[in-house]
Parts: sequence; structure tokens; C-alpha cells
Amino acid sequence: MSAYSVTEPSGRQKWIAGALVALYAIVALLPLLWIIATGFKTPSDSIAYPPKVVFEPTLEGYVNLFTTRTRQTPEFIAEHPPETWYDRIVAKYDMSIVGPSRYGERFMNSVVIGFGSTFLSVFLGTLAAYAFSRFKVPLKDDLMFFILSTRMMPPIAVAIPIFLMYRELGLSDTHLGMILLYTAVNLSLSVWLLKGFMDEIPVEYEEAALIDGYTRFQAFRKVVLPQATTGIASTAIFCLIFAWNEYAFAVLLTSGEAQTAPPFIPTIIGVGGQDWPAVAAGATLFLVPVMVFTILLRKHLLRGITFGAVRK
Amino acid sequence: MDRLAEATPATIARRVRGLSDRAIAWLFITPTIVLLLAINIFPLIWTIRLSFTNMRVNRPNEPIESVGLRNYVRILTDEGIWHTMQATAHFVFWTLFFQVLIGFTLAWLINRRFRGNEIWTTIIVLPMMLSPAVVGTFWTFLYQPQSGLFNYAVAFLTGADPSSFSMISSVALAPWAIVIVDTWMWTPFVMLICLAGLRSIPDAIYEAAECDRASTWRQFWTITIPMVLPFLMLAVLFRGIENFKMFDLVVQLTGGGPGSTTELTSINLKREAFEKWRTGYASAYAIILFVTVFGLASIYVKALNRVKQR
Repeated sequence: MSAYSVTEPSGRQKWIAGALVALYAIVALLPLLWIIATGFKTPSDSIAYPPKVVFEPTLEGYVNLFTTRTRQTPEFIAEHPPETWYDRIVAKYDMSIVGPSRYGERFMNSVVIGFGSTFLSVFLGTLAAYAFSRFKVPLKDDLMFFILSTRMMPPIAVAIPIFLMYRELGLSDTHLGMILLYTAVNLSLSVWLLKGFMDEIPVEYEEAALIDGYTRFQAFRKVVLPQATTGIASTAIFCLIFAWNEYAFAVLLTSGEAQTAPPFIPTIIGVGGQDWPAVAAGATLFLVPVMVFTILLRKHLLRGITFGAVRK
Repeated sequence: MDRLAEATPATIARRVRGLSDRAIAWLFITPTIVLLLAINIFPLIWTIRLSFTNMRVNRPNEPIESVGLRNYVRILTDEGIWHTMQATAHFVFWTLFFQVLIGFTLAWLINRRFRGNEIWTTIIVLPMMLSPAVVGTFWTFLYQPQSGLFNYAVAFLTGADPSSFSMISSVALAPWAIVIVDTWMWTPFVMLICLAGLRSIPDAIYEAAECDRASTWRQFWTITIPMVLPFLMLAVLFRGIENFKMFDLVVQLTGGGPGSTTELTSINLKREAFEKWRTGYASAYAIILFVTVFGLASIYVKALNRVKQR
């Protein structure tokens, strides 16, 4: 940049702009920080007035999140002294742990369904994107638009027949059923994003490989795929985040076996009113991985959220 | 032999070795299309068929009869559904309004290129990527009268009593409660797209305007706004479609209440389909919604293309 440019904002302008943006960021971040903090409060601290900023941190919320407890008489507690640190925490409330809660299961369901559907949609999406990017496919634009339009449907609109169809096929409330469903929903994103990434890889590389005697398939595997790694990885993270966050299908089509965490977290209730620290703990464990991924993804974020319509 | 291979045109040589391009193209595309047909199009066609019947999933022994267009007529003349449409329109309009206003302003400020702008941008973006259902759940906590952080902050700024109002259970405030959370969550989306638009404007245009002694105000209205407009319209399209379909966030936040104040169309549809089990009726409802989204989106895309061509 030249020493003086008319388009470069002045120092004062920059300072004011920076201060305003930082102010917004801090205000916007407060709800998230508050939830993370609430996970480490006692139930009474969590609903204290005025809201407690300084408090004695406790793991009560996390213990309550992962366990089911039952109320005991003080005599029972005296006879069976708590042995572990988490037993001691619940003993303070005259309770004892009777078993694990369902949160662990729900979380694992989210992991299995999230990764399973991400793998499938990226696998299928990569193949389709390559074909759309490199070959003359009849009705290419129509097919691409068809793929995109599947995303415009309100989930509830297709949920009725999927519900009926899955009941017939024995897929309702199964991991496989949810994996297939999320794969179908994510395919539009994965094909559109990956086509954009593939379009950016120069065709000359493959042509050189073909001249060197590679078959088309070998060229795809050994030349194009390594070049597309970044694109594939960021597409995968987007698919994973979507499947991780999805709620409508999960709440309508699963109940016991294959239910993921989002429909489960709101149902966490304690004894005598909502157990906010446990809800906050569940939300924190569920949201923090996504925050980490978002930070990793920041360079490709724009592209992902616009289906590749806007690239930087 | 080698010389012969060199002399053969590339396409023929390719076809001889392994699969032809055409075969590979179809091999690669077919699985995707088949899965989409099975899980999106087949159900959609099924929904259309159901929409002309009186089927109820919870009464499997009742005969399914064709009722013609009765479901459609009922929906389009139902007062309650017009009410949910109005609630949805209120939600879509105000969320778009605030998100465009705040999102564009933030992007414009970030484009002042101050030091550390990338870190702040990343922080601002975080809410957008989170699970809407979980976000809805924890905002009910922030909206608690008395102990909620939101009520406390409002009380602190205005001097009102924090237990005197409840964002979620008041008929007057609930529609705004959902607008606030959606705006908090999705403003970064509009901001990111506007930022890309602002960064796409070459410096040279402003330099030329500066030479012509155009005022900053004039530059803003004649250069910045027109050049960002296609990006902004794209952001509005994405958010418009998403918010028209809005379900997860609002269901967890207000559950459509109080009464049916915030019962958006998707929530209303879910009630008809999965609580009242009026399958045929709900199918017709779903088709009407889909056609509405699709129709509005296509009109909008035409307008967007016209703006782009200018």
C-alpha cells in the first residue's frame, strides 16, 4: 500500500469503529459466557437476584447432568457415608446416586449420527461434485437446482411421509434411519460447496495425469482428491455442525433409541423446578465443540453458510 | 506402440482405458440423485397424495377416503391459520429488518480495517453456528423474570423492576422475545455476507470518486450501497427462507405461546400433524407452505438477478 491512500480510514475512524465492534462482540458473547458460568453454579446461585457474577464454582450441575438421583432420609445417608466426590455432592441435598442419566447416551447418539451422516454426505457429495464440475452432464443446471431446492422444504412438510415410510421399513428411531435422513438433507450443501472447490482446481493437472497414462478414476483419486482436501474438510465440518444441531426431525422421528442431544437437553429437569445448572452444563458440553470448530473454520465460514454462492 | 498412443486423440485413449467419462459421470451422480429422490421427492409426492384424503395416522382402522380439495379450502378459509401467517410475517419482517440494519453496520465498521478486526469477527460469528433448540432453551433461562440476565440488564438500563415483566409469557412481549433471540443469533450471517460485498469493491472506484470531489455521503449512497446490494439481497433470501420455516428455536423458546401468540406456521403445522394427527389436512397445509416459500423465493431470485445485471 502506498504511503498515503484516500481509501485508508484515518486513525481516529479506526479507533471508533474498533471500539463499537468490540462492544457489540462483548454484549453478544455475554449470553454464552453466562451459560458456561451457570453450569458451575449451585441451583440456588443460578437463580439468585441480583445475578451472581462472583460465585463459588461447583460441579453439581455436571454431576446432576450425568446421574439420576433419589431422595434419602438423613439416617440412610448417615448409614451409607458417601465414598466419592460426586457422592458427597449429592449427599449434601440428602440424595444418593442411583444410576447414570440418559445424557451420555444422547450425546453418543449425536456423535454416531453426526459422524455417520457427515461421512456419507461428503463421500456422495464429492463424487457428484466432481462429475458436475468436470463432465458435460445433460440438464446439469436443472439437476444442480433440483439438489438445492430440496433444502427449501420445511422439515415438517416431509416429516409426515418420512414418518410413515420409516415405520413401514423399520427405520423409525434407528441410527441408520437418522443417518440416511441427515445425509439427504446435507447433500445439497455438500454438492454445492464441493463443486465450488473442485471448480477451483485447474483442469490441467488432471489432463497432465491422463496424458501420463492415468485412467480418469486414477486421476480423480491421486490428483484431484489430494488437491481438494481443504475443501472436503471444511465441507465435512459444515455437515457435521448441521447434523449436530438438527432438532425438528430428531424430535419427530426419534424417541428412545436414536434420540440425539438437542431434543433431550430441554427435558432435563431437577427435583422441584428446572435444574438450570444441569441444563447449562448439558448445553455447554454440547455447544463448546461447535465453537471450537467455528474458530477452525473461520476462513471458509462465508462460503459454507451461503452454499458457495459467496467466496472470498 | 508408444508412438501410437501419443497419436491417438486424448478422448479415445481415455475411453479405451477403464470407464468412459460418461459412465463415470453417471456412476458418480446417480447415488446422490437416488437418495434425494427417496428421501425428499418421494415423500413430497406422498404428501401431495395424502393432502387429498382424510387420512389420520392415529386411526389406522378407519377407511381412507378421497376428499378432493376440501383440505385446501378449509385451510385457506381458516381464521386461525391467517393468524399464524401474520405471526410468521411479523417474525420474518422484523428479524430481517434488524439483522440487515445491525449486520450491515457491523460489516461497514469492520471494513474500517482496524487492528484485531478478525478476532472480533470470529467472536461475533459464534452464536450463528450453535444448535437453535439449545439456544432457545437457554434463552428461556435468560428471560426469567427476576433472576434472568436479560431482565436484569433491561432493569439496570431502564430502572424498571426486573420481575415486573416476562418476555415469554406476555402477549405483547413474546413476539419480540423471539425476534431478539433470532437477531442475536443470525445478525453475524448478514454481517459476513455484507463484509464480503464491501471487500469486493475495488479501492480504485473510491479513489476516482475522491478525484471528482464526491462527498463521503455521496460516495456511500452511489458506490457502497449499490455495490453491496446484490450481496445484501442474497443474505435476505437465505434468512427469509430459513425464518419462514422457523421451528426449533421458537418451539424451545416459547412453544408457540402464550396462547398462540408466537405460533409460527411450522409450529402450527407440527401441532396439526403430530399432536392432532390430522394427517391429510396437515399434508395440504405442508404443500401450501412449500409452494409459498418456493414461489416467493423464485420471484425474489428474479429480482436479484436483475439487480446483479445492472
